[in-house]
Amino acid sequence: MEPLTWFGVPGDILGWPFYIVTAVFLLSVVVSLLGYFGGVAAAIVGADGPKASSNALSSRAIWFARFPGSLLVLLVLAYCCLALIQPIQDRGIAGNIFVQFGPVWVAMIVVFALAIGFKSRLGLFGKIFDSTVGMIGFAMVIFWVFTAFFSGIFDWIVTHDSLSQVSGMKNKIPGTPLKGAEEGDYPWYLLGGDNLARDVFSRMVNGSTIVITIAPLATFFGYIVGITLGLPAGYFGGRLDTFLSFLANLILAFPVILLFYLLVTPEIVQTGIPNYMAAVFFIFPLIFLTVLLNSRYHVLPAIRTPLIAVVVILGGWFYLMTVSDMDRPQPTLVDILPESLDWFDVPGGVLVVFIAVVFVNSPTIFRIMRGLTLDVKNRDYVSAAQTRGETPWYIMLWEILPNVRGPLIVDFCLRIGYATILLGTLGFFGLGLPPESPDWGSTINTGRKLLSVYLHPAVTPSLALLSLVLGLNLLADGLREQSLKD
Amino acid sequence: MAIFFLRRFSVMVVTAVCLTLVVFFLTNLYPNLEKLAKTQGNFRMTEEDVQNWLEPRGYLQPTLKKYSEWLGVAPSMRHVDDEGKIRTRCAPPGTDPEEAGDYCGILQGYWGYSSQFKEPVADVLGRWLGITGYLMLWALIVTVPIALVIGVLAGMREGSGTDRSLSTFSIITSATPEYVSGVVLIAVFASSAVGLKWFKGSAAQAMSNPTIENFTLPVLTIALFNIGYIARMTRASMAEVMTAQYIRTARLKGLNFTSIVLKHALRNALIAPFTVIVLQIPYLLTGVVITETLFNYKGVGWGLVQAAGNNDIEMLLGVSVVAVVIVLITQLISDIGYVFLNPRIRIS
Repeated sequence: MEPLTWFGVPGDILGWPFYIVTAVFLLSVVVSLLGYFGGVAAAIVGADGPKASSNALSSRAIWFARFPGSLLVLLVLAYCCLALIQPIQDRGIAGNIFVQFGPVWVAMIVVFALAIGFKSRLGLFGKIFDSTVGMIGFAMVIFWVFTAFFSGIFDWIVTHDSLSQVSGMKNKIPGTPLKGAEEGDYPWYLLGGDNLARDVFSRMVNGSTIVITIAPLATFFGYIVGITLGLPAGYFGGRLDTFLSFLANLILAFPVILLFYLLVTPEIVQTGIPNYMAAVFFIFPLIFLTVLLNSRYHVLPAIRTPLIAVVVILGGWFYLMTVSDMDRPQPTLVDILPESLDWFDVPGGVLVVFIAVVFVNSPTIFRIMRGLTLDVKNRDYVSAAQTRGETPWYIMLWEILPNVRGPLIVDFCLRIGYATILLGTLGFFGLGLPPESPDWGSTINTGRKLLSVYLHPAVTPSLALLSLVLGLNLLADGLREQSLKD
Repeated sequence: MAIFFLRRFSVMVVTAVCLTLVVFFLTNLYPNLEKLAKTQGNFRMTEEDVQNWLEPRGYLQPTLKKYSEWLGVAPSMRHVDDEGKIRTRCAPPGTDPEEAGDYCGILQGYWGYSSQFKEPVADVLGRWLGITGYLMLWALIVTVPIALVIGVLAGMREGSGTDRSLSTFSIITSATPEYVSGVVLIAVFASSAVGLKWFKGSAAQAMSNPTIENFTLPVLTIALFNIGYIARMTRASMAEVMTAQYIRTARLKGLNFTSIVLKHALRNALIAPFTVIVLQIPYLLTGVVITETLFNYKGVGWGLVQAAGNNDIEMLLGVSVVAVVIVLITQLISDIGYVFLNPRIRIS
């Protein structure tokens, strides 16, 4: 097998037009910026400079920038179409990666078609599709969500096993043919091999599953903890508020890295402290759900009692399954569920990483929630509910919470990005997850040691992480823009 | 005013005590002590050897007792072995235990002895702080002007082409954690394989002899992330000010746009970014740890990683005291600065 070139045969066909259009595009961006600054500078120099003309210049320049931009997008699309009809060895690395991600593109097109079709019925979510920034962000996020889903569940997209080492493939550059490839093996390492001769592309794809599972879940738990504590702190105030705020500030004053280094170590896992912390954090969703339903239905005991019973029993069982593990070498006090009822165990390394991310995030969410509650609690609808004689928890969970959902949703997107960054930080310092784990932080950590000689093992997961976090930030930006319009 | 300071100060002290207590508790858990014994003694120690190593050094006392010793409110344990040799934490190696005092803690100005670096913690920490301070200073010098200019330019005409391109830039940089931007910067500017080879990928020499070649990338790595964040805050604040009534009045009065921005809007628009910049300093710490590790620049961040990896208890406590003091002081400065900048708020 021949080594692959970056863009293969379609690249040879479209190469020159592509370079020219890119150059024109970059030039036009620079010109539009310069034109604008030039206008400002002129205005500063001459006291009442020609403002109107500088405006006209910049708007013309924007049009000038937009045309090469769309041409560029068309060229990329043309490249993808050409790559599809080429035989596998002529597609180049980029073309083959595009084809590997096939199921993801299909799923994304379906989601976009459905979402735009039913836009008017989707509320705030539908409004994302009115802003370009929001759409781009959404596309980047669901790209990784589908990648994680398809590679995690069906084992699609990946070309090789992310843990198996192939002799002779150590630190090989992207597009190197697989040594000793047999029938059925994918014939190349698309993005090269790392220092243990594993496929960088497959590790990147498999890493997305870990990141996409842990980051949103940890953020969600952080939210539940922050909301359950922040609402009463803001609503009741007084001693409770003072105490909880002090606690939150205490955690926030801790340098994040020091906390990680103290908390996320094998020694701490041995002591069982993460299990106790998990026992505390994981009970919050249960409390939240129970209080939520109880405050709504406590006037209707016929509905309330069975509902609460089901929630407590099912939720409690799920809670115990997560927290308890009878096989631990050093048993902790929370290991109480018999093995026959305990359907899954969370590995210690994953649990401690999860807890650390929840622990770092929840104080900030607490502060946001408390601030929002303080802001809203004197509004008329709250007073109306108080006059009606509603219970405090009903007012907090059914009046205040739905009314402050806008900023919370925006922050949720941003915070998933932050959780992704934190996960990467943990991996970067080799904390928590096992070193062979394909998550992006750990891969960057192993790749950076040879960074000045072999770029691809560290740069690939870096760009993956960057695109996910960027997508979440853009999505949050689009959501904020749209929610401010109402 | 005095009461305000007094209250803030007492909160600071309580927070510092709580935090060091947490650090103390976590570092003194038995598995961590065992790791300490094994790294200091040797890795093939039996359970009994570990006990024999820890016991004379006072590690097996109750945590609160040890904490009071470290704080300097309880006398340090003196251990006399069979040969009459005295061992106490007040006498670091190289000094005479006979002459050592009973109380030696942070209150007496003794920060302890680093088991990893074989030096008094205060000396090591002082040296590191100088090195890291230099890095942070340059990072701030690069960050603040660029971020403010970007934020003001983007915010003064919300929705314009400039706003869009500058906002995209700041979103991208604020979505790039230090370990990603560092890797990408090294790949582009320092890689010996395909890069431009303008700078060096290691700042190991920059501690003694910082040059453009070895110091640019670490500073840029820290700066990039913060530029995006501060610029976004500045933009939001500027955009808000530009919609205010008094700006409309100024426009209707016939003032030109430049003087509206420079004379009227800027003053009010820079209050919020000031708070953000000051509060960002503690977060720089996290970035500093990553950057120093990535570029092998031996300051506080690098030291923290080394100390934590070897459970160097007194070093870790020293670092956390410094970190807590920095966090609390920056909070204080941001509160006071906010009050001074914004005449509408008075301390009550």
